Amino acid sequence: MQPSSTPSRSNLAGWLYISPLVLVLVPFFVAPILVVLAASFFATDGFGGLTPGFTLASYVEVLHSALTLKLYLATIKFTVLTWIFTLIIGFFVAYFLVFHVRNQLLAIGLFLLCTVPFWTSNIIRMISWIPLLGKEGLINQVLLSTGVIRQPLEVLLFSDLAVVIAYVHQLTIFMIVPIFNSMARIDKKLIEAAIDAGASRFDIMRLIVVPMSKSGIALGTIFVVSIVMGDFFVVKVMSGGGSASVVSAFYEDVGVLQYPTAAASAVLLTLVLVAIVSLILRTVDIRQEITR
Amino acid sequence: MSAVLADMPETIAPATSKAIAPSKGGRPWTFYVLATLFAAYVLALYGPMFCIYILSFQDIRGGLVFPMKGQSMHWFVDLFTQVRTGDVKGSFDRSIKLAVIVTVITVVVSFLAGLGFRRRFCGDTFVFYMTIGSLVAPGLVLGLGTGLLFQALGLNASWYTSALGAQLSWTLPFGVLVMFAVMSRFNHVWEEAAYDLGASRWQSIRLVMIPVLAPGLVAVALFGFTLSYDEFARSLQTAGSLNTLPLEIWSMTLNVTSPSLYALGTVTTIVSFIVIGASLGTIVLIQKKRGSRTKG
Repeated sequence: MQPSSTPSRSNLAGWLYISPLVLVLVPFFVAPILVVLAASFFATDGFGGLTPGFTLASYVEVLHSALTLKLYLATIKFTVLTWIFTLIIGFFVAYFLVFHVRNQLLAIGLFLLCTVPFWTSNIIRMISWIPLLGKEGLINQVLLSTGVIRQPLEVLLFSDLAVVIAYVHQLTIFMIVPIFNSMARIDKKLIEAAIDAGASRFDIMRLIVVPMSKSGIALGTIFVVSIVMGDFFVVKVMSGGGSASVVSAFYEDVGVLQYPTAAASAVLLTLVLVAIVSLILRTVDIRQEITR
Repeated sequence: MSAVLADMPETIAPATSKAIAPSKGGRPWTFYVLATLFAAYVLALYGPMFCIYILSFQDIRGGLVFPMKGQSMHWFVDLFTQVRTGDVKGSFDRSIKLAVIVTVITVVVSFLAGLGFRRRFCGDTFVFYMTIGSLVAPGLVLGLGTGLLFQALGLNASWYTSALGAQLSWTLPFGVLVMFAVMSRFNHVWEEAAYDLGASRWQSIRLVMIPVLAPGLVAVALFGFTLSYDEFARSLQTAGSLNTLPLEIWSMTLNVTSPSLYALGTVTTIVSFIVIGASLGTIVLIQKKRGSRTKG
């Protein structure tokens, strides 16, 4: 830190350093959001043409439609189910790696083993369930040949179950990494002290590990919730068209050039998402959490 | 979130030589329960992927499910030669080029932003939350907004303009978060020492910061490349008339019902693995070099 820098000079230097970031985010994040917001107030001729103006017709249409409630309920159902499963699996996988694997190098190796699929294609990982879950898939073949079932289970693929499986498969890593980070920072002496003071393992979990992993859980929740609520292709492919979410309906609307209703529904979804994320952010200072 | 990935051997390794399990000595029963859970998780994580890799090597009779019908490279040849599977070669080419451009921009911009965010300045929180917003906003909505914006401005959407920008709105937040984690472990003493020895700001960045932060920068590059190479939702409305690879895969999942689809999965995964391997290898190499220098 240079002692000579005055507040205004450090302001200028700071803005100079982040100006490239701002120059990308303004045209490709702020402007598109504003465009969608503007489009939601426009009128349409039904063929993709937009008439500039100010009408709340699209919002009225979206809010009055019985479909909207159904879509939100479906989206919330998928979000909550995915959140619960990713949280449970992510928490215990992180706990296992931090507190049970005694060899540090092995722990890092196993951690990397969990993160590698994150860097491969989501779509490929999703369709990779088809040979397993399909009507003639591996699971049905095994169950049929062992005589557990007589008819192949059709509920495995192209169902809500398949959607949740695909989400959990893709998103558990977003829970593991932040929770692992928080847990790795817990001073092991604290746990020894608790043991010496007569705490049971359940007490340690309840009074030390869970409270001290809270910020990791909050970060992971933000990732999982925002990705599931913004997703459309997992719902579309894994439900076989049987289920829809808010964004998959948005995708269909765009497909038939209903831009204003799509935009209105997108604005509402964004508001819901912002509300959820800011609620979570009140419990954790994300910037301090990352830099600590 | 990626502090551990960014400089993994540094973060945890020196802390303690052995992790202390909640109870010392013999393994508690929870160890076996959690080890089973972990094994099941890893199996579920990799199992399905390996199924499609195996199934992509069937011969011409091959179908979408087990059992395996013969062994050949038929579907790989089919993938790159058949018209009905679309322009796989071209989209592959575009995706790699785009990912390289995105990587370079992501590394440079995130590094500069990391330098900027080290000190509090007026408006920094606003820009930070803008970055987080760009990360959590639904990709398809942002993509549509970008597409409409280009339309309104009378510009043609293409993979190297609108899709490039749309992908940067996804890779930059990740890059900045990783840089936060990396920068927080940078010791300011080195930078000050450089200034005391008469280094200019540029010299201190080039000769001190970049070499010290190299593993973190490689991690940012890994994020940039793979997130761009696999990006789908934001590219859908912005790529214009020429597809990127994930868009090609998307249209194949809707049309193609042959193991070609799996062959494409195998090929893209091989590329991903090469990039991951090269990045992790580079990080380990840098750390090793450092370790031997401090010891010797």
